[in-house]
Amino acid sequence: MRFGILVFPGSNCDHDCYHVLKHLLGQTADFIWHKETSLNAYDALVIPGGFSYGDYLRTGAIAQYSPVMKSVRDFARAGSPVLGICNGFQILLEAGLLPGAMLRNRSLKFICKDVFVRLENAQTPFTGSIAPGRVLRLPIAHAEGNYYADPETHRALVEHRQIVFRYCSADGRITDEANPNGSLDGIAGICNRAGNVLGMMPHPERCSEGLDGNTDGKSIFQSILEYHTVGRP
Amino acid sequence: MSGRVIPPEGVEQHGLTREEYQKILSLLGREPNRLELGLFSVMWSEHCSYKSSKVHLKKLPTTGTRVVQGPGENAGAVDIGDGLVAVFKIESHNHPSYIEPYQGAATGVGGILRDIFTMGARPVALLNSLRLGPLESPKNRYLLEGVVSGIAGYGNCIGIPTVGGEIYFNEIYNQNPLVNVFCLGIAHKDRIFRASARGVGNTVIYIGSKTGRDGIHGATMASESFDESIEDRRPTVQVGDPFTEKLLLEACLEIMKGELIVGIQDMGAAGLTSSSVEMASRGGTGIELELSRVPRREEGMTPYEVMLSESQERMLLVAKPGLEKEILSICERWDLDAAAIGRVTDTRRLVIKEEGRTVADIPIRALTDDAPVYERPMQIPPYLDALQGINLELLPQPSDFGAVLMKLLQSPTIANKRWVYRQYDHMVRTNTVIRPGFEAAVVRIKGTRKALALTVDGNSRYGVLNPYRGGVIAVCEAARNIVCAGGRPIGLTDCLNFANPERPEVMWQFALSVEGIADACRELEIPVVSGNVSFYNETNGLGIYPTPIVGVVGLIEEVERTVRPGFRDEGDRVVLLGQTKEELGGTEYLSRIHSREGGLPPLLDLSAEKAVQKCCLDGIEAGIIKSAHDCSEGGLAIALAEAVMMSETASERASGSSWGATVVLPDLPIRRDAHLFGESQSRIIVTVAEDRLPELEQRCAEHGVSMAVIGRVEGQRLTIRAEGDSRPLIDLPLEEMRTAWEGTIESYFQEGQTER
Repeated sequence: MRFGILVFPGSNCDHDCYHVLKHLLGQTADFIWHKETSLNAYDALVIPGGFSYGDYLRTGAIAQYSPVMKSVRDFARAGSPVLGICNGFQILLEAGLLPGAMLRNRSLKFICKDVFVRLENAQTPFTGSIAPGRVLRLPIAHAEGNYYADPETHRALVEHRQIVFRYCSADGRITDEANPNGSLDGIAGICNRAGNVLGMMPHPERCSEGLDGNTDGKSIFQSILEYHTVGRP
Repeated sequence: MSGRVIPPEGVEQHGLTREEYQKILSLLGREPNRLELGLFSVMWSEHCSYKSSKVHLKKLPTTGTRVVQGPGENAGAVDIGDGLVAVFKIESHNHPSYIEPYQGAATGVGGILRDIFTMGARPVALLNSLRLGPLESPKNRYLLEGVVSGIAGYGNCIGIPTVGGEIYFNEIYNQNPLVNVFCLGIAHKDRIFRASARGVGNTVIYIGSKTGRDGIHGATMASESFDESIEDRRPTVQVGDPFTEKLLLEACLEIMKGELIVGIQDMGAAGLTSSSVEMASRGGTGIELELSRVPRREEGMTPYEVMLSESQERMLLVAKPGLEKEILSICERWDLDAAAIGRVTDTRRLVIKEEGRTVADIPIRALTDDAPVYERPMQIPPYLDALQGINLELLPQPSDFGAVLMKLLQSPTIANKRWVYRQYDHMVRTNTVIRPGFEAAVVRIKGTRKALALTVDGNSRYGVLNPYRGGVIAVCEAARNIVCAGGRPIGLTDCLNFANPERPEVMWQFALSVEGIADACRELEIPVVSGNVSFYNETNGLGIYPTPIVGVVGLIEEVERTVRPGFRDEGDRVVLLGQTKEELGGTEYLSRIHSREGGLPPLLDLSAEKAVQKCCLDGIEAGIIKSAHDCSEGGLAIALAEAVMMSETASERASGSSWGATVVLPDLPIRRDAHLFGESQSRIIVTVAEDRLPELEQRCAEHGVSMAVIGRVEGQRLTIRAEGDSRPLIDLPLEEMRTAWEGTIESYFQEGQTER
């Protein structure tokens, strides 16, 4: 399978995603500079985390105008998988590929730690090989991960099963205490209505290798592979 | 070039003495103009010239079989095998961080990162060492918040993980907080770049941010004591732009990979001046600059401002002949400003032109080798006898040792620092094996089986009571931390933070601290490969305690061999390596519980230290030792409490499996408080499976290390009993200790929303 990893000025999790896809999963992976426009060669795209354009103005606000983003829209419209992680999620929101917006964490501070998320929708290209309702331990590292959407948008997200991950306690309960940043409804990740565009704040690429004994993140990348070879989950 | 005669106050404003000015006159054979005086001022500043410290720093051992680059370059480099070197350095940003904590700390991170990638290394880890006054003071809370968010703001954005560090709180830092930042990078051994301007006729290229009016005279500011006027110094603090630095980092590494340059130097303290002068000095050449070509942020800047600006995120390169265009096109791709601003000459002079007109012309030597070197007078501080002489035998013993332990766990110096390190991205680049919160961080080296253990350390209370011992202990404890993670110490970098060197007692403290560091490094065979001196940490005549901070790097041959400090499995035996003596001088216990800072710091026998470290490493590499944690502030009891609280990895914590311990203290003829909370050196708490105890005993015998089996990993409490006693001295539930330990720092910041 051939993955494209977008690189904006200021992207800094690009190499981490590459490491997982190339070295752990043995797939083909290429970096795609933000000024490129052709994405025809790729089966799936990853928009990695980082600080595109230094997060100046607003997270993801400048990156959405990069030349590559028009092709990303076409790529998504064609139904191919697009995974946005952290800053990648923020870019997808700014680009209008996903609904809602990010506010600053309610602590007003950058937070880097492990959290638990519960899988709410196992029928996406990114979650097909994970058991429904499973609790994953994933790291977060962001200052603006406090997801917000107006009530109508939120209702639509629920109705169309677009909420893919929610912050939860270790035993899978959705509580305010388990919500690290104040996200609406504990939302940690959402997909578009078609299900082929996923944005998530936690970093699955940071816990795919088991350096500290945790490989929960790998299941997300494996799901993409499975979706590609077997088809719709 | 003819200038007005410099009035005496002009000399003083430039931080130069009358004698130094006379020396300038004789070196030049004429009066300098104002620009030239400015160049001398920054190049001869303590910060750039090391004029007070040079004679002492020569005592440090700087060679070893692994040393590829010792002191004198932007950073040191140590061979780690596989054709790779670890490039690292620690640096201070104390003065600017007090004036403007966010930008001061942020640009400290930016500066140390540039030092590393200037060498051709990709930075992989940051650590920091902070010293602040107590958090009861709003000003200190403001400083900590600002410094931490500054470090986070810069490091997180550029995508280099901050994997560890340490913080001590003491009133002595109320008006002189310390911010020391450490960075480590990895480079190919045969592709290290040096800051040298070679090849007469080669083009000098400027890349990075435009030059503005910020940070002018930053180096001079950092070479002075503070008084009430510090608010006026805000303009001497630079403003950081981590996004530009990220572009600069990638562009520089790309330029280096293409082998397009002969030399490179970052513009740090003293900006364009020091970078050009140092490169010419190292290359044995001269440099001619045309200032009108320097990219500028604003119009109307004078040559003086351009040369002395400390605008951040700028680099000076010397191109290989004919390759200028390729360099410029790489910069264009990264949206960076770049301009050819001069050339290498054979004159051994720094010639500065503005629109073709020469505005300064100084021999390179005059700015560098001919800079003043002082052997400043030294004197034992008059207060030292009184400080060391307090009678600890009269100290009352506490009635409730459990309460003492709880109180020490809530000492901000000992308390868990997650409020701080959770603001740092400590996982980006996915190499972090041991995260912050432990005594050493561990990062693996992708493409090899290896990992590096990193730590920064330094206890200034020991330093003020006995500077020599303070220096020795700083090195030994840092090395011990590395060993406890399973690393073999291979190199050291030091940041020497002291008060005003013009005061003889400060110079005495400095000289002895350096001697202590030198002796310890020699005995433990750890070369000093880089470092930094920060003097004048003094406000209104009150100086800081001598605070040498050392960063030690250790090599772990196989990443799987990494060991953590926390207890692991129920039933494991708890073993203490090393000896406990009656030593309460300079301890956290004495300070926190008895409100006294005095006595003599713990003794350290270097050969005993070496033996304990060898024995522990041997036990780890043989797979016998399952966890290792050294005894430091708070002594044996705090070390045991920490080992219990760190007993789970986060994943195990999810399943609720963490272990307490039952410990029986062997009968020793010493005070109980000293047994529990004394800070005797060269002690490590390890755990082993019961059936492997004989192997550990055998190793201890071989190394001549005394060991005592003191307990067992079990239950959900920490119970410490003295041999022969029926009732325990300490008996506390794990969760109660953890709540106190983890919640302390956060509790100082609990206005409004806090992180959960």
